[in-house]
Amino acid sequence: MRIALFVTCLADTLFPAAAKATVQLLERLGHEVVFPPEQTCCGQMHVNTGYQKAALPLVRRHVRTFEDHDVIVAPSGSCVGSIRHQHAMVARGAGDHGLERAAQAVGERTYELSELLVDVLKIEDVGAYYPHRVTYHPTCHSLRMIRVGDKPLRLLRNVRGIDLVDLPAAEQCCGFGGTFALKNADTSTAMLADKMQHIKDTGAEVCTAGDASCLMHIGGGLNRLDAGVRTVHLAEILAATEES
Amino acid sequence: MSSKDLILSRVRAALGQQASAEPVPRDYRSAGSLEPDVEMLVDRLVDYKAVVHREQDVAAVAARLQPGRLVVPPGIDRSWLPPGVTLAEDEFTADAVLTAATVAVAETGTIVLDGSPDQGHRRLSLLPDLHICVVRTDQVVASVPDALTRLDATRPLTWISGPSATSDIELNRVEGVHGPRNLHVVLLD
Amino acid sequence: MSTFLGMPATSPPGVGNLRGDEPFPKAARKALANSQLRRNLGHATGTIRRKSGAVISELPDWQELRAAGSALKAATMARLPELLEQLEEKVTAAGGVVHWAADAAEANRIVTGLVRATGQERVIKVKSMATQEIGLNEALEEAGIAAVETDLAELIVQLGHDKPSHILVPAIHRNRAEIREIFLREMPGVDPALTDDPATLAAAARRYLRETFLSTKVAVSGANFAVAETGTLAVLESEGNGRMCLTLPETLITVMGIEKLVPTWQDLEVFLQLLPRASTGERMNPYTSMWTGVTPGDGPQEFHLVLLDNGRTAVLADEVGRQALHCIRCSACLNVCPVYERTGGHAYGSVYPGPIGAVLSPQLTGVEDNASLPYASSLCGACFDACPVKIDIPSILVHLRNEVPHPRAEKAAMAAAAYTMDHPALYTRAQHAAKLSKHAKKLPPPLNGWTASRDLPEPPPETFRDWWAKR
Repeated sequence: MRIALFVTCLADTLFPAAAKATVQLLERLGHEVVFPPEQTCCGQMHVNTGYQKAALPLVRRHVRTFEDHDVIVAPSGSCVGSIRHQHAMVARGAGDHGLERAAQAVGERTYELSELLVDVLKIEDVGAYYPHRVTYHPTCHSLRMIRVGDKPLRLLRNVRGIDLVDLPAAEQCCGFGGTFALKNADTSTAMLADKMQHIKDTGAEVCTAGDASCLMHIGGGLNRLDAGVRTVHLAEILAATEES
Repeated sequence: MSSKDLILSRVRAALGQQASAEPVPRDYRSAGSLEPDVEMLVDRLVDYKAVVHREQDVAAVAARLQPGRLVVPPGIDRSWLPPGVTLAEDEFTADAVLTAATVAVAETGTIVLDGSPDQGHRRLSLLPDLHICVVRTDQVVASVPDALTRLDATRPLTWISGPSATSDIELNRVEGVHGPRNLHVVLLD
Repeated sequence: MSTFLGMPATSPPGVGNLRGDEPFPKAARKALANSQLRRNLGHATGTIRRKSGAVISELPDWQELRAAGSALKAATMARLPELLEQLEEKVTAAGGVVHWAADAAEANRIVTGLVRATGQERVIKVKSMATQEIGLNEALEEAGIAAVETDLAELIVQLGHDKPSHILVPAIHRNRAEIREIFLREMPGVDPALTDDPATLAAAARRYLRETFLSTKVAVSGANFAVAETGTLAVLESEGNGRMCLTLPETLITVMGIEKLVPTWQDLEVFLQLLPRASTGERMNPYTSMWTGVTPGDGPQEFHLVLLDNGRTAVLADEVGRQALHCIRCSACLNVCPVYERTGGHAYGSVYPGPIGAVLSPQLTGVEDNASLPYASSLCGACFDACPVKIDIPSILVHLRNEVPHPRAEKAAMAAAAYTMDHPALYTRAQHAAKLSKHAKKLPPPLNGWTASRDLPEPPPETFRDWWAKR
């Protein structure tokens, strides 16, 4: 299958390993990955901070970039949530009904990585090998906005060598929330502190998730504490093999 | 412009020319869709700390509970009164109250009083610390929707689910605040 | 704020309890430093989440009930003028008197006047969000009328000279030991040997209030629901203080927001199932009282219903935000909110805290007066899932963030970011610039909020698109 990658601005700039892993994984499974270079950012930060009008050109750019692709993947539940649930709204707000329809259509063809694997490619065992103790944080937008459910866990359970441990209070937000982490830094930090405590309680050496943004937040906190737990994107675990 | 006219004109302006609302989906379990389950009623009553008596002799149950000064509504079945019981003048001086009921809801463990002569006015069943309530099994309905179809909205209604309780201290349910601290239900077949 | 006569209007400033003294982040900072508060809230919200989850899972049709509740509320709003007039007609026909209050000041005037007309100097109150919203107790006090709160949590708040911090359990921020101390200090005639056993504390409140219930001739209540079809009002409660207030006094005054209507009697079947399970986590709350006007020989023989706007029409005018009026005040959204669980209710300033408060308060007052509240959320979405009438709180939050005045520097930064993101060449250059700032351990304001508690990621040697281009 030919799959267009929406890398997301965050993974592109700061977490390319997650994006590379997405490419390597899909190619290993025999699919063709294309990367339309005109892509930049889905505009979620603008929409969620109250700058919906400023997000309009970004929505337009995103839709134009991907409207000719049949299947689009992004290694981020949050960005997929924005594309699926906010892009049409932004277009509607601007009175651009053509764009609204096109955005809707692109949203329906855009999948978060675990959705693409389980729902579209119908695969739960991707042949990965990852001999580490891992706990999975189901990020809020993956969980409640696009409802990936247990798909990431189903994929992780099939990874060879993995020691997958449940994260207590897993469904609670890590406190990132985009600009929330800046505007309400104290509250965000308090939420992060509890999340980190739960992660440490699992004894895991790796905390994984489907969103680089939440991992940046959790990882930034764990690093500050020298907690001895690192954050790794779900794609990197699924891409890992005995050879790699 | 009166405040009524002001508010109504504001509401109309706020609504604007919006299309009428979507029809209400009623896919939940509606009235008549379930059989009343008396065992469930008992289970739910007990779960919320009511005491259930499944015997036919109301007077004997009431006597055993040592009601002290008992108050009863005017239309009470006199055969329910324990022989020799002390009847209180009114609810202000009574230790216990004995009433009938109108409807009981199995799924929620709720008893509804509607102020009929055998249930009395509302404060009658409120002030005494012990409420003995007689429910006939033919008054038991399955669910809240069933209860509403049986009730007359124009009557003063009191829905009772267990004894008076509060969750105001650390969100734990504690029985016994201002209403009767003891609720005994006699279920008559 | 619109002031044109007959146009939707926000709640006026200077009266009531919808506006806080400081922005949310500042108030939250203080609350977060209170470790006792954090512990109390964590314990209480955890308890209620478990209880609520258990009784909700007993109902196979919970989602269908939610869908019906949501649609019913929307249908009610669409027909609000007609339903309000129907309610007035039915209440009046049943012997009640209906009053209309455009705002908090008018509602306070009406209630104060009604109490004065009875010649009484004390009223007993059932817990009511509407009367707290309008600051009725303060208004009565100014008129020389004492208002006694009878709900246990409200009593704790009142005796403790405190403010409510939760819609359902206003004293949720207090634990049993603190409540004992308040009672010992403030409750006249209390047993000095009082323990902190919850049942003992409840018994102390029972003794303290019994005489007041029996001797007070006027009560003030709110209402959970009003049935337009029949003129019936409903109050759901637990302790029996509601039953006392609704049946013992000679005069009953009920203050109710205009959004509390349901069209028909049978429609109550939806909300009487949703509210207790979402709210206290009970299959049914211990007591629900329903009354229609005045019943000869039973309960108050004088009944007044005050219908309150106070900004509700302004909420109704917002096509996205109006669903906040569907709220049935269950507080499930507070109990699942990770922000509320850590900051508590006081940080929100308004009497309506938590996620629903963050969307309701700014709309009632106009967003300028509660500009920080739409941002008091990480948009995690737990509130939307928990809401028994499916209010899409995250979407309203995002919507309201577009309406608040934005800081100038932020506006400039957002515009620059959007421009850069819309020009791939600029975007690529910015990516490389980010790499140069590699060893920044502390960022300048407002970004220092990040580096205060978290490290920045180490910038990678190459971006993804660099890597892709080289393949």
